[in-house]
Amino acid sequence: MRAWTDERMERFIGGLLRAGVLVSVALVFLGALVSLLRHGGERQNFELFRGEPEALRGMAGIVTGAFALRGRSLIQLGLLVLVATPVARVAFSVLAFFLEDDKIYVVVTLVVLAILLASLFGIRP
Amino acid sequence: MTFLAMFLLVWAGSLVAGFLGALTGLGGGVVVVPLLALVLRVDLRYAVGASLLSVIATSSGAAAAYVRDGMSNIRVAMFLEIATTLGAIGGAALAAHVATGLVAVVFGLVLLGAAFMSLRRPPDPHEPDRPADPIARALKLDGSYPAKNGPVAYKVRHVPAGFGLMAVAGGLSGLLGIGSGALKVIAMDDVMRLPFKASSTTSNFMIGVTAAASAGVYLARGYLDPFIAAPVVLGVLPGALTGARLLPRMRSRVLRLIFAGVITVLAIEMLYQGATGRL
Repeated sequence: MRAWTDERMERFIGGLLRAGVLVSVALVFLGALVSLLRHGGERQNFELFRGEPEALRGMAGIVTGAFALRGRSLIQLGLLVLVATPVARVAFSVLAFFLEDDKIYVVVTLVVLAILLASLFGIRP
Repeated sequence: MTFLAMFLLVWAGSLVAGFLGALTGLGGGVVVVPLLALVLRVDLRYAVGASLLSVIATSSGAAAAYVRDGMSNIRVAMFLEIATTLGAIGGAALAAHVATGLVAVVFGLVLLGAAFMSLRRPPDPHEPDRPADPIARALKLDGSYPAKNGPVAYKVRHVPAGFGLMAVAGGLSGLLGIGSGALKVIAMDDVMRLPFKASSTTSNFMIGVTAAASAGVYLARGYLDPFIAAPVVLGVLPGALTGARLLPRMRSRVLRLIFAGVITVLAIEMLYQGATGRL
């Protein structure tokens, strides 16, 4: 029974992750295309470290820029989707362990999820 | 160099890096970061941030394939992820406070370790029964994997030592933008005594979650540049998936020798340039 639930859930999560990666790659590709069409011939300097502007660091700024079809924001949105895929995997594992009534692992997985969310939503060490 | 030329160069290099990383089991990061930093002179922080994202892409993209054969041990992965994610956030925070030259030196040392690791023989798959670890029993870490003659059960040992090593692996992942595959294999194969097949697929499961923890820190600090990350992700992912598909048909011994040689050269270059303050 346990093996069956584990396997089915994992299969589902595997499909979800693949879909997430596909969406992410599509957004990154689209953003790269837009950027290359607009700026492909310009010179770029990546030796000098400047740090990204505020609009490319937070979720709100990235989403706003992506809807305005800015290439950089579209890429960054795709990268956010990519980062979200392992987080979704952990979140679904909480559900899987809950359905199996495995209390220890509901707690273990919630701890991992909390660490991930704290990192993504800006609780800085 | 124009933006288009740079994009294509980074893309092609990442494709090769992902391919080699998958074939040797070391992951694309160990090649992508030196390529960007040494050859294309990209700032090390951008290189590390982009590499972290490619690590996530490879892990999530390969997940569906690994799940099908039922080899990974989800409980071991989840329990150890407490250590790797905390370590990863620590490593990513450290990356902001130390000079990039020092990061390069640490990277060089880790590369040398990885080259050494890739040449060693795989450990014995199964050991006769020894007393089980009571922590492993309490946490239900013992598992089994499918084989020709039915499932093979195994016991997990030395849980605290494995947990500690995983925190270090997470820290290096956050600092250097790599999957830390070599160190994870040491922790799971050699210390916790998981069978090789279980440990490598479980490690793939963990790598994406670990990298996601540090990617949050990199994003907020402005170390994720879309123009560097885009060609890296678009290159490493197809490279790694092709490499994983070819893996069963390759003669890995020869390949490992070549790859260990390449990595050693990259390691020496990273050490030299880091120590002389050029990175």
